[in-house]
Amino acid sequence: MTDTPLLRVSNLSKYYGARLGCTDVNFELYPGEVLAVVGESGSGKTTLLNCLSTNLAPTSGRAEYRMRDDVWRNIYDLSEAERRFLMRTDWGFVHQNPADGLRMTVSAGANVGERLMAIGDRHYGNIRASAVDWLGRVEINEDRVDDQPRSFSGGMRQRLQIARNLVTSPRLVFMDEPTGGLDVSVQARLLDLLRGLVGELGLAAVIVTHDLAVARLLSHRMMVMKDGRVIESGLTDRVLDDPREPYTQLLVSSILQV
Amino acid sequence: MTPLRVQSLAKTFTMHLRDGVVLPVVDNVDFEVNEGECVVLGGPSGAGKSSILKMVYGNYGVDAGHIWLTHDGVDIDLATADPRLVLTLRRDTIAYVSQFLRTVPRVSALDVVAEPLVIRGADKAEAQDRARTLLAQLNLPERLWSLPPATFSGGEQQRVNIARGFITDHKVLLLDEPTASLDATNRAVVVAMIAEKKAAGTALLGIFHDEDVRSQVADRIVDVTAFAPRIAA
Repeated sequence: MTDTPLLRVSNLSKYYGARLGCTDVNFELYPGEVLAVVGESGSGKTTLLNCLSTNLAPTSGRAEYRMRDDVWRNIYDLSEAERRFLMRTDWGFVHQNPADGLRMTVSAGANVGERLMAIGDRHYGNIRASAVDWLGRVEINEDRVDDQPRSFSGGMRQRLQIARNLVTSPRLVFMDEPTGGLDVSVQARLLDLLRGLVGELGLAAVIVTHDLAVARLLSHRMMVMKDGRVIESGLTDRVLDDPREPYTQLLVSSILQV
Repeated sequence: MTPLRVQSLAKTFTMHLRDGVVLPVVDNVDFEVNEGECVVLGGPSGAGKSSILKMVYGNYGVDAGHIWLTHDGVDIDLATADPRLVLTLRRDTIAYVSQFLRTVPRVSALDVVAEPLVIRGADKAEAQDRARTLLAQLNLPERLWSLPPATFSGGEQQRVNIARGFITDHKVLLLDEPTASLDATNRAVVVAMIAEKKAAGTALLGIFHDEDVRSQVADRIVDVTAFAPRIAA
């Protein structure tokens, strides 16, 4: 971990008309750091993620990002072209439903290669080689490279979505319930894969999840949200093992033991 | 410099789901652990021994007081350190052998043990060699090394956990009943490993219920009942 943050969020708020989405969110994210945002449905965690990833415009507040040339930019002041370029290169977004992040009717290889082409790679052989390499890293066999994700299982689709996001070596990845809707055995494989890749690539990540086990396994730090506000934050194992707020205590005590 | 100094530490739990009942755990905890010394926390169950260990590792928050660690030649208060600094301290300065191993699906015992070296930037093959040496020393059957420890017995998991805690040269090592599920042979191995750490100048702080082990490793016993909170009348 280095000593300069990658992302600085200050007083971020989002209102849908009069209704509160999230408010007064402040944090810094460092390279290589994984931040989990937990809370139940309606707590504002997905609104926050959508604001951070510029899918939604916040009502007020700032989110400054250190670009690859070390220049700080408020991401809400970027031009549309700059924003799209950032989303396709330096950032990734892993959706809960892989169909939202993949093109279901083009081949797996093209899904991965598309992001490379978007940043100007034109050599078919190189693109295909990268695609095959990345499919291998997410444990998809090379013989599936020409198949469409429509023919993939849920777990495979999710792994393909991850490969598609990571092929351009992003520095920051947003994940919205990346293991939601998967069988537990498939979840375990995906979590192990994510844990390995995040460590190996030194990725910074913001992971929204309602699954505290996922947060424990993947994140360094966590923020607990309730009614649109961050009510508790800190080192992941500290928040989970010594929760202070009534709501966090309720969340932690509600985990089923097996 | 003293590797670990605990000053005026206090901790209460507020159980919001039990009508906000407040459980005072410890108050005014004061002790230090010197280089090459093994200090054992003594006292009956429920006196707060594990809580103290968890505070010293940053796993529990503290209500008051300081936990001074010498890190890179500078005294740092872990009690007020931000999460990133706590993680740096854990990577480089303070290690912890918990009572139970938290397993990760699909990660082999060998990699679980090697990980603390790998995250410090050690060569993976060298870290695995060191892990093999430790697992062999602790008599963990070699056929288990490549398997994830989730299905191991309690004693096997505990040895994986011990190997993981002992693999680095952290200056401060916390031990929460590391011999609880071990047979006599392996208890003796752990006692010898603790002696090696002391000889290397490591400051050890531990909980040992086994009197035989305790008498062999402890240089000093800190009686935790002395830190019992005075109940307000």
